[in-house]
Amino acid sequence: MRSLAGSPWFGTARKRRGVVPQMSIAPEEVRKVALLARLLLSEDEVAEMATQLSRILAYMEVLRSVDTSQVEPMAHPLELVNVFRDDKVRPGLAREEALKNAPKHDGECYLVPAVLGPV
Amino acid sequence: MDITDLTACELIAQLEQRQLSSSEIVDAFLYRIKHLDSRLGAFLHVDEEQARRRAAEVDRRRQAGEKVGPLAGLPIAIKDNICTCDQKTTCASKILANFQPPFDATIVRRIREADGIIVGKTNLDEFGMGGSNELSAFGPVRNPWDPDRVPGGSSGGAAAALAAGMVPLSVGSDTGGSIRQPAALCGVTGLKPTYGRVSRFGLVAYASSLDQIGPLGRTAEDVALLLEVLAGHDPRDSTSVPGGVPPYRQLLNNRPEGIRLGLLVDQLGQGVDEEITQAISEAAKVFERLGMPVIEIGLPHHHLAVACYYIIATSEASSNLARYDGVHFGYRTDERAMEEELAQERRLWAEKGLAALPEEPDPPIVRLYRKSRAEGFGPEVKRRIMLGTYALSAGYYEAYYLQAAKVRRLIRADYDQAFSQVAALIGPVTPTPAFRLGEKIQDPLAMYLFDAFTVGANLAGICALALPCGQTRSGLPIGLQLQGPPFAEHVLLQLAYWFQKETDWHRRRPPLTALDRIAAGRGDTP
Amino acid sequence: MEKPYEIVIGLEVHVQLLTRSKLFCGCSTEFGAPPNTQTCPVCIGMPGVLPVMNRHAFELALKTACALNCEIAPFTKWDRKNYYYPDLPKNYQISQYDLPFSRNGYLEIRSPEAEGGRRRIGIIRVHLEEDAGKSMHDEKAGRADSRIDLNRAGTPLLEIVTRPDLRSPTEAKVFLQELKLLLNYLGVSDCNMQEGSLRVDANINIRVNTPDGPVPTPIVEVKNMNSFRAVERALAYEAERQYQEFLQTGKRLGEVPKQTRGWDDEAEVTRPQRTKEESSDYRYFPEPDLVPVVVTEAEIARIRASLGELPAALRERLERSYGLTAYDSDVLVSQGRPVVDYFEVLAQRCGEGKLAANWVQQEVLRYLNEKQVGIESFPIPAERLAELLAMIRERTLDTRRGREVFARMLTTGETATEALAALGFVDVSDEEIHALCRKLIAENPKTVADVKAGKIKAVGGLVGQAKKINPHVDPAKVREVCLRLIGELA
Repeated sequence: MRSLAGSPWFGTARKRRGVVPQMSIAPEEVRKVALLARLLLSEDEVAEMATQLSRILAYMEVLRSVDTSQVEPMAHPLELVNVFRDDKVRPGLAREEALKNAPKHDGECYLVPAVLGPV
Repeated sequence: MDITDLTACELIAQLEQRQLSSSEIVDAFLYRIKHLDSRLGAFLHVDEEQARRRAAEVDRRRQAGEKVGPLAGLPIAIKDNICTCDQKTTCASKILANFQPPFDATIVRRIREADGIIVGKTNLDEFGMGGSNELSAFGPVRNPWDPDRVPGGSSGGAAAALAAGMVPLSVGSDTGGSIRQPAALCGVTGLKPTYGRVSRFGLVAYASSLDQIGPLGRTAEDVALLLEVLAGHDPRDSTSVPGGVPPYRQLLNNRPEGIRLGLLVDQLGQGVDEEITQAISEAAKVFERLGMPVIEIGLPHHHLAVACYYIIATSEASSNLARYDGVHFGYRTDERAMEEELAQERRLWAEKGLAALPEEPDPPIVRLYRKSRAEGFGPEVKRRIMLGTYALSAGYYEAYYLQAAKVRRLIRADYDQAFSQVAALIGPVTPTPAFRLGEKIQDPLAMYLFDAFTVGANLAGICALALPCGQTRSGLPIGLQLQGPPFAEHVLLQLAYWFQKETDWHRRRPPLTALDRIAAGRGDTP
Repeated sequence: MEKPYEIVIGLEVHVQLLTRSKLFCGCSTEFGAPPNTQTCPVCIGMPGVLPVMNRHAFELALKTACALNCEIAPFTKWDRKNYYYPDLPKNYQISQYDLPFSRNGYLEIRSPEAEGGRRRIGIIRVHLEEDAGKSMHDEKAGRADSRIDLNRAGTPLLEIVTRPDLRSPTEAKVFLQELKLLLNYLGVSDCNMQEGSLRVDANINIRVNTPDGPVPTPIVEVKNMNSFRAVERALAYEAERQYQEFLQTGKRLGEVPKQTRGWDDEAEVTRPQRTKEESSDYRYFPEPDLVPVVVTEAEIARIRASLGELPAALRERLERSYGLTAYDSDVLVSQGRPVVDYFEVLAQRCGEGKLAANWVQQEVLRYLNEKQVGIESFPIPAERLAELLAMIRERTLDTRRGREVFARMLTTGETATEALAALGFVDVSDEEIHALCRKLIAENPKTVADVKAGKIKAVGGLVGQAKKINPHVDPAKVREVCLRLIGELA
């Protein structure tokens, strides 16, 4: 294991479509994020979430009060690199043990409602 | 002598001198749990039978002259977000209500190897997300000093159990203050070790780059004792730091003379309870009396810490908690009801489309995920998942996650700069003492701001310790926070140890009246 | 130009690495175990578990990238790709996003369509990630549920992305064959498409020639191609489909969102696949449970030195050292290194590369194909076969008889000399052959006259008689001597 100070965890090539963040978040946006997060919100919850998130995001604006154009992002507090394990097979779980916590299984596989293609 | 009044180190001395047996100790603490906890709510599961069996086993081995471990015969409580193969691990969430891990967390294995006796699993805010322990799916924890008040969180059960004398040692986890804050509100000593000091294997992740397991005890010496067992390299955790563990307890005898301390003046005064400001200033004087000059110091970007923390922690959480989907383990929604609901939606959609529904009905697997998660997670967990998902999503990543990651470096740089001048920082843990149950529950942002002084250490990955340094006029504990550079746990423990030699705040116990009220079930529900 | 359009293809290839254990845990990667018998809390993604990287997987990945002439990043890290799918137990895949461990490489292929017969296909990036499990749906059984098997979850997977440099479906197939061969030579993957250890997706569009210049059509991602042949056919179908669609709609690149289509191998068509707009928002961020990897120049140099001779260089050396044709060297190299090693011993011992190449291709490979075994199970060691080929080369044995000796050696395990003796083949000396030929010429003036008149074929009569008199003679030699003697008569 070696140590590397100030590791560039973020590539410079990384470019994502950036928009000027809005201070409030609309219900449609909340629904979109809820789907991404695989949460199901009632319409009341959507409205409440929109209000709360808007308030929290407004507070987050403070992050933009500081110039970070020359700052390297920090993804992790550690400066550790190259941690590996050897390619050795170790006993895993017996199938019964693996499936024990599953809400639905047939003794061999986990069962889910039909998945036919991308979801 | 009341056994449950003794510290862990005092109990060890009694055990070694054969003045007490482990069985007597375990019985005494179990008795207290039995009488207090139905109202206090500190424990989610207690395994009396196993605890008694293990106590008898340790006693037998000690009698036979066999070598026993450093925690031999001591009851220990484990926060219920740390995996145990013989007790459920629920994270105080409905979604894991029946989850039985097939493995022990590394620290659980270490405690067992040290002959510690795990008596039970303590309550917490669901998945560690909260600062009051009101956000447990299995009911709140009450503060032993005043059952109408919160014990803090998320390791509220861990701190309350200690303060109420239900265990001499407990293990918590700290992502943004979850050990230090409840320790402060309950008047006990708790340490968040440097990131990488203690293995995270078996700790159910909330925010992986911030989470750290740590010890809570009544004294710095007890905390040092437990840290020695918890700390150390683990090949199963890539982020665990290699190398040996210092003899923390032995190092306490070295009095840290002549080192300079920094008082975080920006965290005193405005916005902070006057009594807390007062107590911290008094604590600074104690250190000066001990021969350590205290200078005033600042962390220039500290005002950004809460915003930075809540972006990074929720981003990571949104991904860490994706696995709770009702497929491989955990709660799954009622599929028949779900099918009926979907069938009806599909009819509506076919007839009226957007006029009837806000969005197209999901495919069944997607709805299974969404419904299982909606029913399994509590409101604060959902809020954080939403916030984190948003912060990482296309279009917002740069403005939120990336910006927070940059601010995080500035916060770390502030600490590095400070530690080039002083050996440790002293300041408050919380802006106010324990608040009333229900007081902030409707205001998530107010709850977040309560973490203002603790999240910085997690963002920077440094070590930090909370210990009692005073009481309010109404008799609530006040906590002092010591923050040190990476791997300076021994320094923080020495400072706390010598502080505790000069003061007796750590010796104070919740007043009998409060505990009586708890035992009698008269804690008033708001 | 014969075709009304040019085809542009880029491939995304996923290859399972040949490690014993998975990428982040100690579970076995062996194929074919009963469902869910090769899992542990880590690859099931249970609460509280953490990944630790398999060193060997990273080394195999580095080896591959070096062989693909890639630049190796001095600093690389892993990211989480977040999406929900029941065979992905954590609902995120540990992958590499903005700092893959390698990029900017190429693989040279032999393409009959290209000028000079060779083309360099650019590699954009190679990165290391974990595989997902399998979800199975048995529609025929009318089962309502899909079944999830996590044995494969967490197997180390290399993603290789090419530049859109391929210009025909055949070229895409040739590229895949060359890539597979390279990975086999490196020992990093067995590339078995049936077992899913090699999977291919393709991006394809065409540039239609119009009076205003070439017009690109919208890019389509083609999935579900289960063999190299399927890749070739699916891409050929898709190019033509895009052309027909262009003629009808005139839609060009950028005017419609990127489409995903699946290849139906039975119907031989591509069909649109359902995609959700939100599904592509993967919310990548640095994986906090792993630490980065730093690779030094010295390590890269050590790996480059350990690559051994790769197929392209090997082909060239065989052609140079043994005088083989491009075709011969390609056939041999495609069989894998052990066959090439066998060939080299054979060629060196018997003294003639071309002869050795013919025998390996015709006799040895025929046996291996018939028996479905590898060269290591071939009964005749190269040294022994070389003895036989040397006799043929020195003309002490004719090819026909050589094959008979070979057949006996295969079954008995005898040496060439032993088999020869057992078959009762007697070596006929030059003097004996000359004497026999002179006798036959003297006895058959009619035949000699015919030959002299230009009916060379007539000499066959003499050869036939010679064989009746002495069955051990080499007919080719008799023919040659007779012709020479008749020529001398004039």
